[in-house]
Amino acid sequence: MTAAAAVVRPVRWRKGLDWVAVHSLGLALGLMFTLPVVFVFLTAVMSDDQAFTKDLWPREWHWGNFVEVFDQAPLLKYLGNSLLYSSLATAGMLVSSIPAAYALAKLRWRGRDVVFLLVVGAMMLPPQVVAVPLYDTWSSLGLTGTLWPLIAPYFLFDAFSIFLLRQFILTIPQSYVDAARVDGCGEFQALLRIVVPMARPGIAATALFCFLYTWNDYFGPLLYTSEKPDQWTLSLALSTFKGMHHVQWNLAMAVTLLIMLPAIVLFAFAQRSFVRGITFTGVKG
Amino acid sequence: MTATLERVDVARTAPAKGRSRARARHRLTVLALMAPATLGFALFFGYPLVATIGFSFTKYDLINAPEWVGWENYAYMFSDKLFRTAVYNTLWFVVVLTAARVVFALGVASVIARLKSGVGLVRTLCYLPSLAPPVAATLVFFLVMRPNEGPLDAFLGWFGVDGPLWFADPVWAKPGIAAVVLWVSGDLMIIILAAILDVPQEQYEAAELDGAGPVRRWWHVTLPTISPVLVFGVVNSIILALQLFTQAVVAGSAASGSADVTGSTKVLGFPENSTLTFPMWLYTQGFRYFDMGYAAAMATVLFVISFAATALLVQRMRRASHQEER
Repeated sequence: MTAAAAVVRPVRWRKGLDWVAVHSLGLALGLMFTLPVVFVFLTAVMSDDQAFTKDLWPREWHWGNFVEVFDQAPLLKYLGNSLLYSSLATAGMLVSSIPAAYALAKLRWRGRDVVFLLVVGAMMLPPQVVAVPLYDTWSSLGLTGTLWPLIAPYFLFDAFSIFLLRQFILTIPQSYVDAARVDGCGEFQALLRIVVPMARPGIAATALFCFLYTWNDYFGPLLYTSEKPDQWTLSLALSTFKGMHHVQWNLAMAVTLLIMLPAIVLFAFAQRSFVRGITFTGVKG
Repeated sequence: MTATLERVDVARTAPAKGRSRARARHRLTVLALMAPATLGFALFFGYPLVATIGFSFTKYDLINAPEWVGWENYAYMFSDKLFRTAVYNTLWFVVVLTAARVVFALGVASVIARLKSGVGLVRTLCYLPSLAPPVAATLVFFLVMRPNEGPLDAFLGWFGVDGPLWFADPVWAKPGIAAVVLWVSGDLMIIILAAILDVPQEQYEAAELDGAGPVRRWWHVTLPTISPVLVFGVVNSIILALQLFTQAVVAGSAASGSADVTGSTKVLGFPENSTLTFPMWLYTQGFRYFDMGYAAAMATVLFVISFAATALLVQRMRRASHQEER
């Protein structure tokens, strides 16, 4: 054995140890993030009595719990409200935010930078800050107790979506937009024919975030519909589920799982859109 | 960038008349594209911001006309004991969550970045919880941290440790909520991970030639390079902690046993007001006690603080983009 080989060996050995350490850490992290949901699932399929015990593993698998929760609470009604809120808000956001994001990303005009800073400012503003006057206005219009005060703003302005879409549209090479202009396209045609098709992944990511944000929203529905149970969304209903209906742990956890399901399904189909979207919110100034 | 400049030059050589017409059309286009957003900003941010400050000097219950009371609402903050509690709790979350969230996300991202296989799987597993509705995420932890019967207590039992009452214990309720927030910080992890993977490989190789091990490479190469993203994470976490509402409401009401969030106020802040955050107290005053004037005064305070945090971020962003242009 030469001297060189003797030197190489400990290095390779250390590298192998390093590999094991890093990968077991990664495995532990993955487990740490997943285990809570596994416990929720295992509790959701337990019998009423077992769900109160220390047991972690169900003695019998009560798949019927996922059906029974629909008898305990008008979940389909809440689901309808959630879908109404999320889908209308997302549709409205697409109509209002794409043109604004295009103007902020690809057109030059005086005051553009100031307007962009206002968008960032609006994005960072806690929703509680503007709640008092908005509630006052919506109540004088007789629309409190409905989801419309939450849906309507999306048809005009959604700061986060404008911000995210602008970041995406910025990455479209200016030469494509200019080529469209040279070909005699107006700005609107350039937007519809060039920018929208090219920004499709970005638009998809923004729509996903908007849908999930409204789906997960708790403060908005609580503020406007807490007195009107027939207007509740799933998120709001879930917060009262365990107490209001005196239901057991297993059923409460079954509903919790059902409410998390859409996000998981959306993610499974659009993982890349998600990851790209998040990356764009943080890195590119 | 250069393309736009060329376009301007072309326009400059065109006849003056056509140029001004083109300019007017351009202005009209911008106006049309920005019109909905401008109206929306005015209606849902501009007006309510000004009105909040206006309301903060009044006594208003939503039914009778607002009555001017001067600085009374602001003065009341100093004698309102629960206001102080709420400020303390929110400050606790700002300090603890900012530090914990950035360090935790950085740690997880650093581990994922070093994985040779299974990167996609681990990244997905770490990110997925952040998609859960905050209400659901809080209930998940409420189950895991159930006193006596919960999996966490079962785990601690192996080491002979008796767990506290967790969400029903004034000392442990806030850390419990912090744990929920950490569990759903996958978005920050992904942002930091992307930044780490963007660090030029040559920098690592240069450091390796200088004899730096993995830890020193991480400290001297990775950290300085991704520091703008860490600043983003700090500001993002501050703002997140300032508006912490849902997790605290749900944890408090679930732990109190009467998860009647909508009907009563006695469950807010359970146990012993240890989870009463600033936005929760604002909400309770405004929309449970209908003391809109006092709520508006608190909203004004919250606005000033979050504005300062946002200004910090915007300043950093501008500096970063200037550096990029250079």
